[in-house]
Amino acid sequence: MSAAQSTLSQDASITEHSATQAGNPSLPIDYLLHLADNALVLGQRNAEWSGHGPILEEDIALSNNSLDLIGQARLLYQEAAAQIGNGATEDTLAFFRDVPDFKNYTLLELPHHPPLAGTSASDRDFATTLVRNFLYSALMVLVWDKLQHAPHAQLAAIAAKSLKEVRYHLRHSRDWLLRMGDGTAESHGRAQAAVNHLMPYTQEFWTGTEYESKAASVTGLDMGSLQSDWNQIVNAALLEATLKRPADGGFIPTGKQSIHSEHLGFMLAEMQSLPRAHPNATW
Amino acid sequence: MSADQKSSTASAALKEWPLWEVFVRSKQGLEHKHCGSLHASDSQHALQMARDVYTRRQEGVSIWVVQSSSIAASEPNDKSEFFEPSSDKVYRHPTFYEIPSEVGHM
Amino acid sequence: MYTQSFNVPDAPDTNNSTPNAALKSVPKALSETDIALQAQFDARIDADGKVEPRDWMPDAYRKTLVRQISQHAHSEIVGMLPEGNWISRAPSLKRKAILIAKVQDEGGHGLYLYSAAETLGTSRDQMLDALHTGKAKYSSIFNYPTLNWADVGVVGWLVDGAAIMNQIPLCRCSYGPYARAMIRVCKEESFHQRQGFEALLVMMQGTAEQKAMVQDAVNRWWWKCLAMFGPPDADSPNSVQGMRWGIKRISNDDLRQKFVDATVPQAKILGVTLPDPDLKWNEERQHHDYGQIDWDEFWATVNGNGPCNKERLGARVKAWNDGQWVRDAALAHANKQAQKNLKEAA
Repeated sequence: MSAAQSTLSQDASITEHSATQAGNPSLPIDYLLHLADNALVLGQRNAEWSGHGPILEEDIALSNNSLDLIGQARLLYQEAAAQIGNGATEDTLAFFRDVPDFKNYTLLELPHHPPLAGTSASDRDFATTLVRNFLYSALMVLVWDKLQHAPHAQLAAIAAKSLKEVRYHLRHSRDWLLRMGDGTAESHGRAQAAVNHLMPYTQEFWTGTEYESKAASVTGLDMGSLQSDWNQIVNAALLEATLKRPADGGFIPTGKQSIHSEHLGFMLAEMQSLPRAHPNATW
Repeated sequence: MSADQKSSTASAALKEWPLWEVFVRSKQGLEHKHCGSLHASDSQHALQMARDVYTRRQEGVSIWVVQSSSIAASEPNDKSEFFEPSSDKVYRHPTFYEIPSEVGHM
Repeated sequence: MYTQSFNVPDAPDTNNSTPNAALKSVPKALSETDIALQAQFDARIDADGKVEPRDWMPDAYRKTLVRQISQHAHSEIVGMLPEGNWISRAPSLKRKAILIAKVQDEGGHGLYLYSAAETLGTSRDQMLDALHTGKAKYSSIFNYPTLNWADVGVVGWLVDGAAIMNQIPLCRCSYGPYARAMIRVCKEESFHQRQGFEALLVMMQGTAEQKAMVQDAVNRWWWKCLAMFGPPDADSPNSVQGMRWGIKRISNDDLRQKFVDATVPQAKILGVTLPDPDLKWNEERQHHDYGQIDWDEFWATVNGNGPCNKERLGARVKAWNDGQWVRDAALAHANKQAQKNLKEAA
């Protein structure tokens, strides 16, 4: 069946998942939104490559990646909406919250190019995209693996499904890290530049927040406990790719604490424009 | 094809990712079926692409990929005596009767 | 999705050093063998049999198929752009997901078709080079802009609808790989059309602004979709040979008529007006009469002077050129790995 057909059949199972079951411990809304915003923001970014990929086969691969992430976002927003009640839906959460309400890692909202201001113009850089995907996927295989055992039925189900997907994303992005790092001089240079640019943003994975601690008391997932495994995955891949890891330090971003880069504003303005122009419309 | 044309085609071909034929056995299937081809830089890459393109990420399917240049194929059943001595390539390359434009109208 | 059921001749090749299909093909005197092979080929076509990659085929048949299949593939790829234009602004998460999936399907269709074309002895790089240098065409329906969200639904309903009409007969095309690729494509295509229609239905049951959006989109796309079936049969000389070879099964005018007849009731269900004052049921013919298509505008667009031609091609050329380092890296890495494996095996 086509990708479009399987997206719609996913819809059916989504409605089953969305009702919060009685007896489920309550998760901090901000935690669910953090997970959902991560998936939506990165899904939105990766979809930007549609029609512009370096070869048709990779266009399809990145679209698959984006679809998986948006699918995860939908499930997570629906779970959050069910908890919030009051007429909240996946779409009110995605399209009618502003920049200071978003809880995604800053890493994920960055455009596909080396460091530039929000109004600079630049070409898209495939190395930036794939290195970012690698760094995030390496984290999420660990996160989803833990969360699939959480005593919260909906979250555990979402985690199990997402784990399958992110294992594939990790393999895809890791393979590209190797191809670029140990490819040509140009690809090596671009990959190294992307690593130097993006690695400091991953420091945000390990700073604590109140909602993550609250969630941990329900799910049993302490993010700090993942750091050494994540380092192992990343260091092994960088070594194989003949890339160097920059030292930690420098600015530590705060996207998950609602203070973002200048880039999220532009992304949301574009993404949210149509529903906001027609606030009472159904699509 | 002249020697010059052949070598420029060859070097152009080296720049292109090799072509791989894809065979998929569906979850309930009995054997692998040929579904088409794609370009990939190596076999792992080809398998990943095939999963994305030809199976739409269905689970429980088995995928084989083979470089097109590695496939040996039989003659078509009929009129084999008319057929040229076979290359062992799967796809016969076209022999257009090309003339350089300097030759003028023919 | 695809369209143009007529063959547009390639642009003339002025570069002597490039071996190219557009160079003149000189019919050689036929040997006894060739005559026998031709007769056998003709018999197979007449019996509705399939021609497969290793079978003998006339060079003109091969060239026509390379051109038609590759242009079909190019159309799918370029077609990703007008709809892709709305992915980032889709008004709901569900619509966003559906649109990404649809555009991805189109990429996949392009891939099936490039794959079918390669069985005829051309390569992906050669085909893309023809597209990027303007020698090969793509369906000119994609040279029009998608200006509001309803355009996405209308493209699904009308453009995919027209493409389906063209594509279903191709499932019975005489060339095996093309027919099999088309069967795959058609399975996925009808879902796209239904999605487009459903999106429009929701809008037509919505706000006044949404209804206006839909009607505006229909007004801009209707006539262009009618022209998708190609010029009237009287003006389509290539059709005859295409039909003789079992590549083209139904005439342009007949397909266009089928499309109009199928679409009028759908428009009624939606509650949109098709922008043709001459459109009306003809009891005698048992078909809908419709008005005059602006063929001048059609040809102007086909020949490069539509609203988006330069942008579409520019986008494809840029993506390809910008991606060169990526493709080179993958090859370089694969070569390095191969060298390593050889060394280890030694």
